[in-house]
Amino acid sequence: MATNKKADVVVVGLGWAGSLMAEELTRAGLNVVAIDRGPWMDTSTHTPPAVDPDELRWGIRKELFSPPKDNTLTFRNRPDQTAAPQRDFGIFELGGGVGGAGFHWAGMAWRFDPYDFEIRSKTIERYGLGKAEDGELQLQDWGITYDELEPYYDRFERIAGISGKAGNIKGEIQPGGNPFEGPRSRDYPTPELKTLRSMEVFNEATARMGYNPFTIPVANLSQPYVNPLGVSMGACTYCGFCLGFGCGNYSKSSPQACIFPVLMRRPNFSVITESCVIKVNKAEDGKTVTGVTYVDKQGREQVQEGDVVCVTAFQVDSTRLMLTSGIGQPYDHRTQEGTVGRNFSFQTISGTDMWIEGEQMNPFIGAGGLGSQIDDFNADNFDHSDLDFIHGAGMLTLARDGAPISKANKLPEGSPRWGAGFKKAYRDHYQTYTTIFNQGSSMPIKAGYLDLDPNYKDKFGVPLLRITYDYSQSDRNMAKYLMDRAVEVAQEMGAQHITPFNFADKPFTTAIIASDHVIGGTPMGADPKTSVVNPWLQSWDCHNLFVVSASVFPMNSGYNPTGTVGALAIRAAQAIVQDYIPNPGPLVEA
Amino acid sequence: MAAMKKIVAGIAVIAVVAAAGAGIWAWRTVDTARNAGADDTVALAAFTSTDEAAIARGEYVMRTADCAACHTQGAGEFAGGYEIHTDFGTLVSSNITPDPETGIGAMTERAFFDAVRNGQGSEGLLYPAMPYTAYAKLTDQDMHDLWAYMSTVEPVSNEIDETAGMAFPYNQRLAMLGWNMLYFDKAAFDGDAEGDDRGRYLVDAGGHCSSCHTPRNGLGAEIAENYLQGAKVDGWYAPEITSNPHVGLGESSAEEVAEYLGTGTDGKAMASGPMAEAVAHSLQYLSDDDLLAMSSYLKSVPGSGVTAPAKADLGSPAMTRAALRYEVNCSACHGTRGDGMGDLVPAFDGNHALLSDDPTDLVRVMLTGARAAHTEAKPTGGGMPSFAWKFDDAQIAEVLTYIRNAWSNAGTPVEPATVAAARATLDAREKLAEGY
Repeated sequence: MATNKKADVVVVGLGWAGSLMAEELTRAGLNVVAIDRGPWMDTSTHTPPAVDPDELRWGIRKELFSPPKDNTLTFRNRPDQTAAPQRDFGIFELGGGVGGAGFHWAGMAWRFDPYDFEIRSKTIERYGLGKAEDGELQLQDWGITYDELEPYYDRFERIAGISGKAGNIKGEIQPGGNPFEGPRSRDYPTPELKTLRSMEVFNEATARMGYNPFTIPVANLSQPYVNPLGVSMGACTYCGFCLGFGCGNYSKSSPQACIFPVLMRRPNFSVITESCVIKVNKAEDGKTVTGVTYVDKQGREQVQEGDVVCVTAFQVDSTRLMLTSGIGQPYDHRTQEGTVGRNFSFQTISGTDMWIEGEQMNPFIGAGGLGSQIDDFNADNFDHSDLDFIHGAGMLTLARDGAPISKANKLPEGSPRWGAGFKKAYRDHYQTYTTIFNQGSSMPIKAGYLDLDPNYKDKFGVPLLRITYDYSQSDRNMAKYLMDRAVEVAQEMGAQHITPFNFADKPFTTAIIASDHVIGGTPMGADPKTSVVNPWLQSWDCHNLFVVSASVFPMNSGYNPTGTVGALAIRAAQAIVQDYIPNPGPLVEA
Repeated sequence: MAAMKKIVAGIAVIAVVAAAGAGIWAWRTVDTARNAGADDTVALAAFTSTDEAAIARGEYVMRTADCAACHTQGAGEFAGGYEIHTDFGTLVSSNITPDPETGIGAMTERAFFDAVRNGQGSEGLLYPAMPYTAYAKLTDQDMHDLWAYMSTVEPVSNEIDETAGMAFPYNQRLAMLGWNMLYFDKAAFDGDAEGDDRGRYLVDAGGHCSSCHTPRNGLGAEIAENYLQGAKVDGWYAPEITSNPHVGLGESSAEEVAEYLGTGTDGKAMASGPMAEAVAHSLQYLSDDDLLAMSSYLKSVPGSGVTAPAKADLGSPAMTRAALRYEVNCSACHGTRGDGMGDLVPAFDGNHALLSDDPTDLVRVMLTGARAAHTEAKPTGGGMPSFAWKFDDAQIAEVLTYIRNAWSNAGTPVEPATVAAARATLDAREKLAEGY
């Protein structure tokens, strides 16, 4: 076993969280070593515009993703079942190289709602204790408020150049934006993308119904932009090849496009690629960590020591690393004691497909995150007093892509599925198809958690992570309610064919991709009894260890997670620079 | 370093001159009396300047002369080891740290002046790969300051054999005497280096712009009447940088040229290849005033007589095909109007750097791709992918002819044979087979 030169900070995983942190930390003069299990990947060399956006290669075979043979886990719905390994991508779209999933993501770039961060307190405040504690749910606050996170959301949006239209600037509602969003200090750095036909139809219908449609904020840039690091980005061409693809013309925000040009040139930064961290090493006294052990490209175990370790891997991997490293007490669903692994949540997806005769949606014009949304049924924006659930969903229509292979299955019920009849149906309906997707929140349950599987190990001999989870009754009720609302909107949009869907009317499964937004496992919070990291994302157990990942979310909202991961990463990195390094120790007393 | 090839090619001939001319002519050539003001007693290794102002000025002189670009290669700052490849062998740049054994620690200031300004090094005559032909114009003050700066450089022990890769007779340093006798103008700068002539001073002395941008004769000497009018260098074409409005800087403002020099792009043209290195290592460190002085001077230099040709017929079948190919393959970055993308992607419309009669750079970039300069002000360093696998020679020629003639542009057509030759020279791959 070899030991590298000690770093000031070791970063495990160079996705959005890792690269945002590394940028902050190296700018402050710290020596940072990042370790990523994937290879080096860059826009101009791996996905340049000279290479055709091949849907089969990138969209269907998912060439940019980490394959299940390298990274998978096991799954069951209930603790009395035996978990089986997930053998296809399913809901896991893990990054296959540096940049993580931030390289191939679609680009929806949200902030969470103020309600999310104080979900337990605010639910009790408005509806009483019974609504928050129904025996099944395990609600807890995040230990920070939206207002505390706002400056870091702003910083992330500036670095990524997010295109959108503000709905609330310092409490003043802005026409055209999302009136329900938390107050922003200023507008987005670049204007919202253009309104495409499917959005237009959705906007008109929802406005007639008294709802408040707006354009989704995205990391697909509406115009050329220079970010605060001095890095230039291009303008989106609406080619639609974003989700699963690298962006050849620098218009989709990613660690590669927004941060690497500066970070990689800094002499106090280095990255070790194709090397998988298998353990965070604890000091003898157990109160700090000394660095990490990783398996390098040649299969050799190596040690990278550091004064501070930041685990910035994807949610399942960050949680697994904490479990394999023996840091913190694993969660016990029977007693609800212990913290590592608790509060796993997914998203509760419903909606409806629809076909509007005579329409020309021109779906081949699109952008990964582009669409319209209403938040009238999201968060606590509507009265839940007489409803049998809390929270809700962002109800959106997508103008993402016209991918011909994956769209081939989008035909009205009764359409022939083969031969000349299929071809005719596809020809007729390619242009008339659109969808409403309810990106539903997901509440943690007492019996939902992550631990190490007793039977299955990976290629390094490390136990796989095991998911034990099913939707709560509250989430199921929410999904049904939102599906019914989506059908009403589809009718108002003039659809002749309406095919609703609700993933939560069946048991949860990792096999079918309803969403790929999994969260929890190392929740953040103000109470060490119910959280793994404190509000600065610092481990309660080892004060020089920070976990920065969607694994720190104590629940999942009706939005995509990346913006919140980015904001939390910047906030944690600044806390390390400003508070931890001058005075190492717990930033919050337990 | 194509210039080096010509220089070395001439050596065999010149060696005869060197042998025959061992008279007053040779003595004048090697005479360095001009450097008498430099101290000849204290070796660099034994001296560390404490004159902070002089050190700072000297570092700036080092930047203007781009010393680090050639003298730093992996072994440490200024520790040498950068390889310069020629058909006659490989030259390796020397260790110029104050290390007494392997660097220049044993040199006195006088010896340093003799080397930098006169090409007379501690191991014999220097090859003009070291641009002493330009550095001869450096003022005494700048040389004293540079010496002060070099005294603060960290000594690195790194043994370099500069000519080990050069075969006989090209490894005979004395042969350079003949070349110097014929072509080396060792005269001091003839203007006000700190005042009115600052731009010309920076261009001709430290900047050594003409080393690449002025064509050379058969023996590798710069042709004075074609000063800065563009030349082939090491597989690239260093374009004309004079007042010529068609292929030079005539249509750009001095401010735009200064921005290009200092950041790598003015939002229209973009440095790539060797120029990206010059910007990244040297020019980005220059003051705005100096950059403006340089660009103002360049814009005052008389240009070649090259004028815009008649525009190609954009309605022809070839140009119609090329326009579609441009839209499909190029416009995502370079824009449907050829207007590029800010500081990230060069524009084509009105970009005179595209229009030289010699299309070497355009062809090269299409075949091998390119990377923009990374500078503090504009750090992105965007990449242009190779299209060698996607287009055949005729297709590349057509699309290049198209961008040279679309919008407000007018340029001579690019021939498929030119692309074919470059594909062979650059060892770029063939286009993928079609129709499977």
